[in-house]
Amino acid sequence: MIAGFATVDDLPQISAPDIEYALLAPLFIIAGAAVLGVIVEAFWPRGTRFLAQVVLAVVSIVVALGDTIWVFQDLKAVEGSRLARGQVAAEGALAIDGPGVFTWGILMIFGLMSMLMFAERRLEGGLSAFTGRAADAPGSAAETEAIKLRVEHTEVFPLALFALAGMMLFATSNDLLTMFVALEVLSLPLYLLCGLARRRRLLSQEAALKYFLLGAFSSVFFLYGVALTYGFAGSFKLSDIDAAVSNRTDGENMLLAAIALMAVGLLFKVGAVPFHTWTPDVYQGAPTPVTAFMAAGTKAAAFVALLRVFFVGFGGSSWDWRPAIVAIAVITMFLGAVVSISQTDVKRMLAYSSIAHAGFLLVGFVGAYIGTGDSSRITSVSSILFYLTVYGVSSIGAFAIVTLVRDSGGETTHLSKWAGLGKKSPLLAGSFALFMLSFAGIPLTGGFIGKWTVFSAAYSGGFWWLVVIGVLVSALAAYFYVRVIVLMFFTNPVGDGPTVAVPSVLTTVVIAVAVVTTLGLGIIPGPVLDLAQHAGAFVR
Amino acid sequence: MILSILATTPIVGALILALLPRESAPHHRAKYVALGVSLITLALSLVVMAKFDQEAGGYQLTEQHEWIKVFGAYYSLGVNGIGITLILLTTILTPIVILAAFGDRLPDPKSTNAYFAWMLAVEGLAIGAFAATDVFLFYVLFEATLIPLYFLIGSFGGPNRSYAAVKFLIYNLVGGLLMLASIIGLYVVSSRQGDASFLLSDLENLDFSTTTERLLFLGFMAAFAIKAPLFPLHTWLPDAAGQATPGTSVLMVSVIDKIGTFGMIRWCLGVFPGASDWATPVVIVLAVISILYGALLAIGQDDIRRLIAFTSVSHFGFIILGIFAFTTTSLAGSTLYMFNHGLSTAALFLVTGMMIARRGSARISDFGGVQKIAPIMSGVLLVAGLSSLSLPGLAPFISEFLVLAGTFTRSIPAAAAATLGIVLAALYILIMYQRVMTGPLKEGNEGVHDLDHREMASLTPAIILIVGLGFFPQPLLNVINPAIDEVVSNVGQGDPAPRTPVQIDDSASSEGGHE
Repeated sequence: MIAGFATVDDLPQISAPDIEYALLAPLFIIAGAAVLGVIVEAFWPRGTRFLAQVVLAVVSIVVALGDTIWVFQDLKAVEGSRLARGQVAAEGALAIDGPGVFTWGILMIFGLMSMLMFAERRLEGGLSAFTGRAADAPGSAAETEAIKLRVEHTEVFPLALFALAGMMLFATSNDLLTMFVALEVLSLPLYLLCGLARRRRLLSQEAALKYFLLGAFSSVFFLYGVALTYGFAGSFKLSDIDAAVSNRTDGENMLLAAIALMAVGLLFKVGAVPFHTWTPDVYQGAPTPVTAFMAAGTKAAAFVALLRVFFVGFGGSSWDWRPAIVAIAVITMFLGAVVSISQTDVKRMLAYSSIAHAGFLLVGFVGAYIGTGDSSRITSVSSILFYLTVYGVSSIGAFAIVTLVRDSGGETTHLSKWAGLGKKSPLLAGSFALFMLSFAGIPLTGGFIGKWTVFSAAYSGGFWWLVVIGVLVSALAAYFYVRVIVLMFFTNPVGDGPTVAVPSVLTTVVIAVAVVTTLGLGIIPGPVLDLAQHAGAFVR
Repeated sequence: MILSILATTPIVGALILALLPRESAPHHRAKYVALGVSLITLALSLVVMAKFDQEAGGYQLTEQHEWIKVFGAYYSLGVNGIGITLILLTTILTPIVILAAFGDRLPDPKSTNAYFAWMLAVEGLAIGAFAATDVFLFYVLFEATLIPLYFLIGSFGGPNRSYAAVKFLIYNLVGGLLMLASIIGLYVVSSRQGDASFLLSDLENLDFSTTTERLLFLGFMAAFAIKAPLFPLHTWLPDAAGQATPGTSVLMVSVIDKIGTFGMIRWCLGVFPGASDWATPVVIVLAVISILYGALLAIGQDDIRRLIAFTSVSHFGFIILGIFAFTTTSLAGSTLYMFNHGLSTAALFLVTGMMIARRGSARISDFGGVQKIAPIMSGVLLVAGLSSLSLPGLAPFISEFLVLAGTFTRSIPAAAAATLGIVLAALYILIMYQRVMTGPLKEGNEGVHDLDHREMASLTPAIILIVGLGFFPQPLLNVINPAIDEVVSNVGQGDPAPRTPVQIDDSASSEGGHE
């Protein structure tokens, strides 16, 4: 008789999602700080806003880094697996595991170093490296006025924090939908940041537009791949996909199409050939601190996500994707190394070098050596984590030095202007030479140990011939790194030669940290290697 | 500990030099600091020599600490008779080179500190490489020597120095990276058979499949053959030696290139005896080609420095021939040759460097009749040159004889062809000497004055050792022989039985002592 009236008991039970706040705290800290930064942007008085944003960003990253370390130490070993540590969190959306949290840690370090570069204001006469008012047309009267008024875009700090949060999410997402959201969260702020250079604004805006168009295009590929994967596996969760792939009897074509499309999206972010074409333009056009942040951060997050999707989700069909990745790795290494030889611009050269390094990282990935538990042999995952650490820190250091070599028009990135830098400023040129040697993989630098680890992972996976190709390409790549050293030390300066701006303590700290880390990881890599090895495998 | 101290002393000296204020006055403090450090190192190496027990054999004065646990890499040092001989060579040559380099005119006089600092860095890294008993440590030091040498050639050499420096670096880097691939292979093989370890003692006990062993051997051999250098991978050497300062050339040819031949003995023969045996025919042929081709090209050179570089290619051919003949005699000869070649080439490079600096040209055709105005210099050149052509009574003769005597028992054709190299050596040295020193004084040579006291002081030790070891090589052979016996027994080939049943005195190696 009371039909038609639903009681409380009839309603479907909606249980509140179970969120492991303690585990996810670093992510929340960064995302929260980004949101807080937007509020600061709206309400904080303009006079001290820059300082407030810097302090907010730096403090939040430092706190998040501390928390990340705590989370890493607290990860529990997964039952039944001797390698994996950590757990699936947030209702299966995230996997807080060793590799993921290790990536958080290096992302925090990259973020911190980049924030210090973002905050550098001595080089541009008391203003940051970002344009005062992005809405003004380049060269217009309004722009001149903005410079005169000394306005600044302090939004860059919250934007960078959003990107950082996106990277963290990307590296730990355990289902494809979360991963797509993370991809967008990390990409959109970067598109914007790329267009904000103070000098050479047209180039910067062109870079932003190119990055945005190509990035959006590649995201769609990724999304299509996600859709097909869902069609194949009936789930977004990597563990369900793994089960579907391992037990498959048919539907091969759909799976292959899904794998290919997702690979396109991920390899684009990594900067692998043939999806690399954005890299040189964007690296060159973007404000150098942003380039540094992207080069280190995006590569790290994207690589870990790539590993996670392919090792956890598509691990069961590795015979299908390995040949393609091998080919891409070879082409990427080779093209990156060869094309860098002909570059005349430092930032473009570093961009092609980053492509070559993506190739070396792919060599480690292709090995797909996951370890056996009782042996402490380097696995693919730990080798890539170590390589990303070294590469990221060295690149940030190299880009920090790029910001210091200047003439009247801002940074002078043409290589011919770098001639004779070693005579003018031996310490700075020496640091840059160290980064070059590390990129080239010369012993006693971190780059050597990094190369060693990825090659040994490939060798363990049975690809000894790929290692031989890798070392030969390394020699080719060494040629252009050495060319820069020749230019700096053995060539006489043209005209007055470059001027080296005196940076504030911020950039100095960044360069010093990068130098010490690059050398330290070359001489005593043990502790960081142990950490990377201790990170173990992905949880599923 | 003593080996670590020995290797780090020059490195610390290099750091001190780098921190000293840069000055351009003619009398640099830097020069004397560098000389002082290298003399201290020499004294330390003599202490090491005294502590080394010649009778005992094996690796001595060892020290070992875990370095990179995940890789199984250890900081592990130790010397056997071969290593200590080469360490001694390094520590003897460095003060000679530094003293001789006092007068070098550098492109930028303010860079004197850097010049001597890099030299000391080369010394320290080379000592480390000769003492390393862990292949990872060895590789790191071996490759790290490239950096100081690269800067020495590129910053302080002749007009084409930057081309020569890059060529030097790329050639050696390619070899080094191939070796890296092999080292990674060793790691994988070794971690499959238990815990990964790069210690020589553990590597010697690894089981390889035949193919794996050969592939890994090729990676090591590529690096050492480029470094040594062996035909056809030698082309970087004449360019580098032609552009570098004499001191740099000495360090490069007499010390660092020895790491190549040393590496063949310690790592190729030590870790891959089977594959070394397999590769012998090819290596011996290449070594003989090196001997003859290097000598022929040396005859054709007009640039004195390139000439010496090609003579070294020829001499390295002898060394490699002796190593891969696998007889106790030839291996002992090769090791002794490394030492003697270091001395004689150093003397040649340095004295010709002094000539070239005075004349302002390195072309043989620009010289003539120098003997008349610079008798001491021409005397030193003659002794150094004669030692290079292995005149009996001078040190290289004994080692060359031992190499050939040892090779004859293994391969008569190779030994016979190699003997031709001695004839050619007489040609290239004597023709050079004749055109440079004898005849009427050629125009433009008036400024070539004789050696001054400092230059004599730097060359005298080398000449004394060349003559002394020519008559009395036994002390050095006593150090070398126990280590050689171990190498030969490890390769498992043993000495071939004599073809004619004549009772040969087993101390054939001491024959040279009676010359």
